[in-house]
Amino acid sequence: MSLIAAERICVGFGGAEVLHDVSVAVQQGEIVTIVGPNGSGKSTLLRALLGILPVARGRVSRAPGLRIGYVPQRLALDRSLPMTVRRFLSLPVRVSDGAAGAALARVGVPDVGALQMASLSGGQLQRVLLARALLSDPQLLVLDEPTQGLDQPGEAGFYQLIADVRGSTGVAVLMVSHDLHVVMAASDRVICLNGHVCCEGTPKVVSSAPEYRALFGLGTQGALALYQHVHDHDHTHDHDHSHDHPHEHDHTHA
Amino acid sequence: MIMTTATITLMNTIIPMLDDFLTRAALAGVGLSLATGPLGSFVVWRRMAYFGDATAHAAILGVALALASDLPVGFGIMVVSLAMAVTVATLAAKGWAMDTTLGVLAHSALAFGLVAVSFVPGVRTDLSAWLFGDILAVSRGDLAFVWGGAVVVLALLAWRWQALLTATLNEDLAHASGLNPDRERLVLTVALAIVVAVAIKVVGALLIAAMLIVPAAAARGLSRTPEAMAALAIVIGAVAALGGLHLSLWQDTPAGPSIIVVAALIFAATTALGRRFTG
Repeated sequence: MSLIAAERICVGFGGAEVLHDVSVAVQQGEIVTIVGPNGSGKSTLLRALLGILPVARGRVSRAPGLRIGYVPQRLALDRSLPMTVRRFLSLPVRVSDGAAGAALARVGVPDVGALQMASLSGGQLQRVLLARALLSDPQLLVLDEPTQGLDQPGEAGFYQLIADVRGSTGVAVLMVSHDLHVVMAASDRVICLNGHVCCEGTPKVVSSAPEYRALFGLGTQGALALYQHVHDHDHTHDHDHSHDHPHEHDHTHA
Repeated sequence: MIMTTATITLMNTIIPMLDDFLTRAALAGVGLSLATGPLGSFVVWRRMAYFGDATAHAAILGVALALASDLPVGFGIMVVSLAMAVTVATLAAKGWAMDTTLGVLAHSALAFGLVAVSFVPGVRTDLSAWLFGDILAVSRGDLAFVWGGAVVVLALLAWRWQALLTATLNEDLAHASGLNPDRERLVLTVALAIVVAVAIKVVGALLIAAMLIVPAAAARGLSRTPEAMAALAIVIGAVAALGGLHLSLWQDTPAGPSIIVVAALIFAATTALGRRFTG
């Protein structure tokens, strides 16, 4: 039985349908990555799975008593809220100093407990968020673009850490990403999303699928560079085909 | 009920003390800060300053309606403040432009209240007491109301503390932990309405939001955890209340504004101090 599953769900905001007929399932111990361009509904799908957003159609099911460790996309750390890392780890459930220290050591930042959350670097913050998520002894980790704002080595290190954690605890991982290379290597299964599921399978299968290439560019070599430019293709079914592109040419010729 | 001799002696000492208007005023100020310290911290953390203003300004309308319909004033204030707070929260959830919406609601609530009050005979004369507070005229009944309200708010916040903090940090995180951020927001809304009803006698409708924000902001510079900030905000609020009372008594200044003046001076001092600490 899957830990968490969405069956043919549709999710919309104020009339606009963001997800159409999407089905995903995460099994015990597997790492599933959802990739897709900006606005493709990746975060929406996570939020629907977590029960934050209501689904218009279809259904979301979770294994009874499922423990989820959630790593949010961002933590808006307002300077007005004083918060040490140690205190943060005790939210929402208070944990012992021993457990907090072990969790920080596990994610490779053993000495940050006394620091203010707002003073952490991007990489440290992501690791602290992961440590907090691990403290509930989760069966499923859900990560929403966990490496946003990290440099490439930071990214690679973070995904390696996720793979290590899965290796040692057997936790299943569901994450969203829009960076491709590093993520693909660490995943068992990749779901390519653009309002609907374009394609799905092992990283190898997905990266050679025509649907994936249409979204992300031509071949993995150029994917990262081209991705910024080609990710805007429209995949909605009720496309009105009225291609009126106003081309404004106001070049100034000196 | 069995009372020990010690308790009886204590009661015999305290009860006559309550006959003194100054003692009652001091106790009212301290009691109020028990609630405004932690709640004010949430107002600061969640950037609800204007929200507090709108709710507090609605209190004048509550006073007018309660007096016109012969209901207890505290009750009227609580109902109207709660209605205002719920309205604001609902509009915010629907994605209204909050800065403008709150500006409109806060000021029109005050204007409607002032106009409504002018229709109620007898209130006009002591309107300034509702606007600026009248801490030196706090009765035993008022004192019981202030402490009762403050203890309820404090208990409510203590009960929901972990959930409130989590939801304040990140609503999705709260959701994923099985909490309901909307319910936590409602807890704060209700607490705010109670505090407004309790605080109006002490600092007045115009300065309730200041009593929430200034001590909490003053505590920020010297705190490393949310709990330390909330506790320090209580202490600063109490010191401001006592200092303001002193100022009011010896310089014959209005009590409510004097309390806020002292709180603002503490804010200036701790901000300078906090900056020196953190570089």
